[in-house]
Amino acid sequence: MRKIIKDQKVIEDQWVELSDEQCAETLPKGKLIVPVSAWQAHKEQLIAHAEPIGILLAPDEQPADIAEDLEHFALVAISFPKFADGRGYSSARELRTRFSYDKEIRAVGDVLRDQIYLMARCGFNAFAVREDRCINDALNAFNDFSVNYQADAVEQKPLYQYR
Amino acid sequence: MYVYSEYDQKIIEERVAQYRGQTERFLAGDLSEDEFLVLRLQNGLYVQRHAPMLRIAIPHGMFTAVQMRKMAELSRTYDKGYAHFTTRQNLQLNWPKLEQVPDILEELASVQMHAIQTSGNCIRNTTSDQYAGVAKDETVDPRPYCEIIRQWSTFHPEFALLGRKFKIAVSGSKQDRAAVQVHDVGLYLTHNSEGQLGFKVYVGGGLGRTPVVAPLVNEFVAEHDILSYLEAVLRVYNRNGRRDNKYKARIKILVRAMTPEVFAEKVNQEWAELKDGPMKLPQQEIDRVKACFQPPAYEQLDAQDSEFLEKLESDGSFKVWVNQNVADHKVNGYSIVNISLKDTSRAPGDVSAEDMEIIADLADKYSFSELRSTHTQNLVLADVKQNQLYELWQTLKTHQFATPNIGLLTDMICCPGGDFCALANAKSIPIAEQIQRRFDDLDTLHNIGELELNISGCMNACGHHHVGNIGVLGVDKKGSEFYQISIGGSSKEDAAIGKILGPSFDEDDVADVVEKIINVYVEQRTDGERFIDTCRRIGIDPFKERVYAKNN
Ligand code: SF4
Repeated sequence: MRKIIKDQKVIEDQWVELSDEQCAETLPKGKLIVPVSAWQAHKEQLIAHAEPIGILLAPDEQPADIAEDLEHFALVAISFPKFADGRGYSSARELRTRFSYDKEIRAVGDVLRDQIYLMARCGFNAFAVREDRCINDALNAFNDFSVNYQADAVEQKPLYQYR
Repeated sequence: MYVYSEYDQKIIEERVAQYRGQTERFLAGDLSEDEFLVLRLQNGLYVQRHAPMLRIAIPHGMFTAVQMRKMAELSRTYDKGYAHFTTRQNLQLNWPKLEQVPDILEELASVQMHAIQTSGNCIRNTTSDQYAGVAKDETVDPRPYCEIIRQWSTFHPEFALLGRKFKIAVSGSKQDRAAVQVHDVGLYLTHNSEGQLGFKVYVGGGLGRTPVVAPLVNEFVAEHDILSYLEAVLRVYNRNGRRDNKYKARIKILVRAMTPEVFAEKVNQEWAELKDGPMKLPQQEIDRVKACFQPPAYEQLDAQDSEFLEKLESDGSFKVWVNQNVADHKVNGYSIVNISLKDTSRAPGDVSAEDMEIIADLADKYSFSELRSTHTQNLVLADVKQNQLYELWQTLKTHQFATPNIGLLTDMICCPGGDFCALANAKSIPIAEQIQRRFDDLDTLHNIGELELNISGCMNACGHHHVGNIGVLGVDKKGSEFYQISIGGSSKEDAAIGKILGPSFDEDDVADVVEKIINVYVEQRTDGERFIDTCRRIGIDPFKERVYAKNN
């Protein structure tokens, strides 16, 4: 089973990502992550699924598009087709601070050690680190800094509120 | 000058360690070229034509004699003994070794300096007026706000990987010396009708392939709300800016596509949620940062020093220098002195390690140990006593720092161009030299008067050619270097993009063409009219006719 980082620990991943086509067929057992388009097309069937459902947001899909349905999702995965595309950071931040989403937010795709520190500050708490990279090394990212200037999804107040 | 708190120091030290780790992993093959590229750019390290180039931040253009000496030392130890000041008030080393950059950063951190976010697709160094805090025409000192913005933008978790680079400039005086309106965000400090302090906010200016003067998107954002407003602007940009084409990824393209009105509306929606949250700047924090920019211990002096006045009368070349390179100070008996880095002996903005040390000594002796770098690639001693000007001038002269050309034609902005830059279409430094040689007669230069001539080696416009009164752009035509010339640009409060005269010119003809343009101006100007005003009055045609006239 694939390993991921969750809440700063390496664990075995329980979730299965499905494509649009797979969602149109009989759903497999287990915890499922589905694309927004599939959710919209097969909502009833997915709600009826016995185990938790997660949703996958592409970089150009906005949290506002799924805000109404957030209660149905035990996980929001945000994809990074390229690590240098920073749109997903805003998505995570919005989910946490605007929509008060408090379950798992997972970074998937081109997820690398050097982006994890800031991702975590934006509200990601799970990281499907790219499989060709050492996941244990990626754990070190959480210690990159001990002070931050800004408020973020985890820390409510900016540094200047503490001075 | 801002002095680091323990937090600020900790952050830059942790950054050095982080970057050292990244460099090591790259050298060990654990990071690919592409992955490391993004990381090193966020830290100001480019790989140039001949070697890497490291851009060191000089926040809001202010630094100390101690920092200058450190840079001199670094340029000797890790480079070829010289460095280059850029139009965004930063300093570049042109030949450092990639493996040694972490060591350089560690040395920089020991004097409260860094290279954080000096390149890459992130929020860059916030720039400002080189006369901030001392200018006679200043309404509010912009530096504390620049520093507050610097801290907010440093490792902002959400905006580290934007679609494109993002530059902010702040000015607090009547005259705009920071080219505010050609920035991604430009801020003018201002008071509203109730006397409250805040900012006029321009968004979506910039040069490059699509030069744009920024539209005004908010008449007034109160000082306590500036960070939440900036956060809203950045979020709208990060979410909606284009990512499919790097030439269309700057915020100016988004603002134009949405229209400034719709963009402003979207920002307001975001802002409404942030405005009264924890991002609201407490007065205490504004005061804390302001306290770092308290005026130095000025002496009580006469407005006009008698000895100084005498020298002005008796020494003509001193007078010329004072008129051109010295600006009015808001405190009686003090002056602002420009150190010209634009004489024929050096490439615009270049200084040798020896020069840096000489300048550091001058700062210690004459100007409370502080220095400033300028948007036009010169240096400034901001607090010089009038009665020491003569002595200072003599020293500056012996080191070729006293060419009385600030604001004149030979005070050119010029990018490193084809001699250094991998992206260049053409060389720019030899063009600057050619023009400098042609106009080396001081009387001619002073007769021409205020004129900004800017040179870029390619469309990226690091030399700000679009907003030069005269702009020179290197273009590539079938492997040879040619130059396109525009006139009528301005980077000041009346910002404008210059108009291209027509087909480009051969490398050898640039100085001739500039001379013809100047001749038209001199013939046509009314009494006291500046070049830019003549251009605006008579239009581009008379210039065109002259430069493209058949020789006979
Ligand atoms: S304008 Fe072009 S040539 Fe000049 S420094 Fe910028 S990228 Fe290089």
